Amino acid sequence: MATTNTSPDQRAVDSALALPITPKRMGRFNRWDTPWLNRKLLTGAAIVGAILLIGIFGRLFWDTDLAFTASSPLNLPPPGFVNSRGQEGTWAHPLGTENSGRDMLALMIVGAPNSFMVGVVAATVGMTVGVILGFSAGFIGGRLDDFIRLISDVTITIPTLMVLIVIQALLPVIELSTMALLIAAFAWPSPTRLIRSQVLTMRESGYVQMAKLSGTSTFSIMFKEILPNLLPYLAASFIGNATGAILAAVGLETLGLGPQRVPTLGGTIYFAISGAALLRNMWWWWALPTLLLALMFIGLLLINLGLDEVANPRLRQASR
Amino acid sequence: MGRLTLGYFLRRFSIFLVTIWLAATLIWIIPRLAPGDPITAMVGRMIRQAGYVENSDIIIEGWRERFGLNDSLPVQYVRYLGNLVRMDFGYSLAYFPTTVGEIVGRALPWTVGLLLVAVTITFFLGNFLGALLAWRGTPKLVKYLIPVGMIFTSIPSILAAIFLLYIFAFFLDWFPLTGAYKAGMTPSLSIEFITSVIHHGTLPALSVVLVSFGYWALGMRGMMITVEGEDYMHLARAKGLNPLYVLYRYMIRNAILPQVTAFAITLGTLVSGQVLVEYIFAYQGMGNVIFSALRNQDFPVIQGTSFILILMTALAVLIIDLIYPLIDPRISYERS
Repeated sequence: MATTNTSPDQRAVDSALALPITPKRMGRFNRWDTPWLNRKLLTGAAIVGAILLIGIFGRLFWDTDLAFTASSPLNLPPPGFVNSRGQEGTWAHPLGTENSGRDMLALMIVGAPNSFMVGVVAATVGMTVGVILGFSAGFIGGRLDDFIRLISDVTITIPTLMVLIVIQALLPVIELSTMALLIAAFAWPSPTRLIRSQVLTMRESGYVQMAKLSGTSTFSIMFKEILPNLLPYLAASFIGNATGAILAAVGLETLGLGPQRVPTLGGTIYFAISGAALLRNMWWWWALPTLLLALMFIGLLLINLGLDEVANPRLRQASR
Repeated sequence: MGRLTLGYFLRRFSIFLVTIWLAATLIWIIPRLAPGDPITAMVGRMIRQAGYVENSDIIIEGWRERFGLNDSLPVQYVRYLGNLVRMDFGYSLAYFPTTVGEIVGRALPWTVGLLLVAVTITFFLGNFLGALLAWRGTPKLVKYLIPVGMIFTSIPSILAAIFLLYIFAFFLDWFPLTGAYKAGMTPSLSIEFITSVIHHGTLPALSVVLVSFGYWALGMRGMMITVEGEDYMHLARAKGLNPLYVLYRYMIRNAILPQVTAFAITLGTLVSGQVLVEYIFAYQGMGNVIFSALRNQDFPVIQGTSFILILMTALAVLIIDLIYPLIDPRISYERS
């Protein structure tokens, strides 16, 4: 959502009207010189990738059982620091421990992929529904289009977090997957709107008309002619959706409504706030999950900005 | 300039009603799809928190009776909708004789006040910076500094709130840690009270501004770049108009319109972000009410507060939609 602000129709117009490449840049027939390899996209992917790698390979090098309650000493700071009781941190717990005896490093290793998973699941479900609804609305049109537009207009203005708070407060048990699916239930309207308007624009474009005239089936027009051109938009929308989903998940987790059985980054922040980590100056407890999440969001934003440049050549020129 | 036609108004208004109905229905249906009933789940949580709750089966039965959970589902649903229409959310479980309406009435002005201030600052600051980013006349240094500040955009407001709280309230001690005004003060229109409110409100407002101005700046930049390519821009420059006049009359005024639409769409996210910020700062608005209700398992309060916030957001979107054609003459109220 963060950057898909320019209306999609406008973007299509933009790409069509993009100023001709200046003579200086004409000689770029190098295969590495594609818009997909821009700096923002690569930096963002590197940040997100690094966090994921820590989550995936971290468990090979660190005992994740330490993420359980009472598996470690309480309230230890990272090595080199002293906590309010005068205890020094040890290398047995390089990132310290919190007040119910969980090792922070283990919590981060287990928690980061969990928070990420919610985003990926919700965005995938939202995207799939969005592609189906968007294509049906754009291609079939008529009553169906009116209906799809109505429900996506209606759903997009509902403050998701408020609805989810009520629902999750009532559910007896919340699993990671339940939360992901509940968030996904609100993640489809923006891809639907985006794809619908793109399909409407492209349906009238020359190459689609050409394909139609040469007797290509509707199905193959959709998936062979239109879908490939939508890829940068779809990718940007996917990342935007994943960001929104992680945001919602973190919000719920920090309110204490997240999954109860698995550690998450937001859940760690919730315990830190309830345990008055700020007032007890246990910075390692609240700052580590906060920083990791902040990094994750910055990485996702950079990816989104990079994809925007792929989709909108005029932005690319302006940023040089 | 388009006139507000009855048809347009009715159409928008029915979308508003459908939004409210859908949100209310989702809140009601989804928890009922899960096995077990909400009351048992609630008492179960109380037992988990307190270790043991005396006469829990009598409590469950009493509440089932009170909430009419022994009736058939359609009857319950109709009664639920009827209560919502009458804005009757019942009594708070944790502070029994107090109604949910009273609790919401006390918290709502704080939330709305903070939200209005934060959102106004964000919208103007963000659009102004975005316009500067795309404008030719902006100094190079500014063009490099703005994107650095925009990194905050991606961070959820709740994370920014935690950092700001630590740096400015705990570490530097410039601002108070919690509350909306100094403890023990009685709300009045005295200078002292107003200063206290501003002093307490700065950090919460700043967390909202910091994380969302970049969103507007980015959108504005995109629109400005599009406008920059229009023919009338060449004409304006060729006429030798003052660059600042061109910036304002030709570029910003054209580029800002889609931003207003985007504003309506992001309102829900803004409200949610603000609620979480209030909870971090223990600001006495809706966020704090929701959080303490969650702690107390005070379900009527959770439902009432959330529903009021949903209603507020939908109402704001309706208002924006209704005034939008007034500010953009190209949009007519008729259906295209």
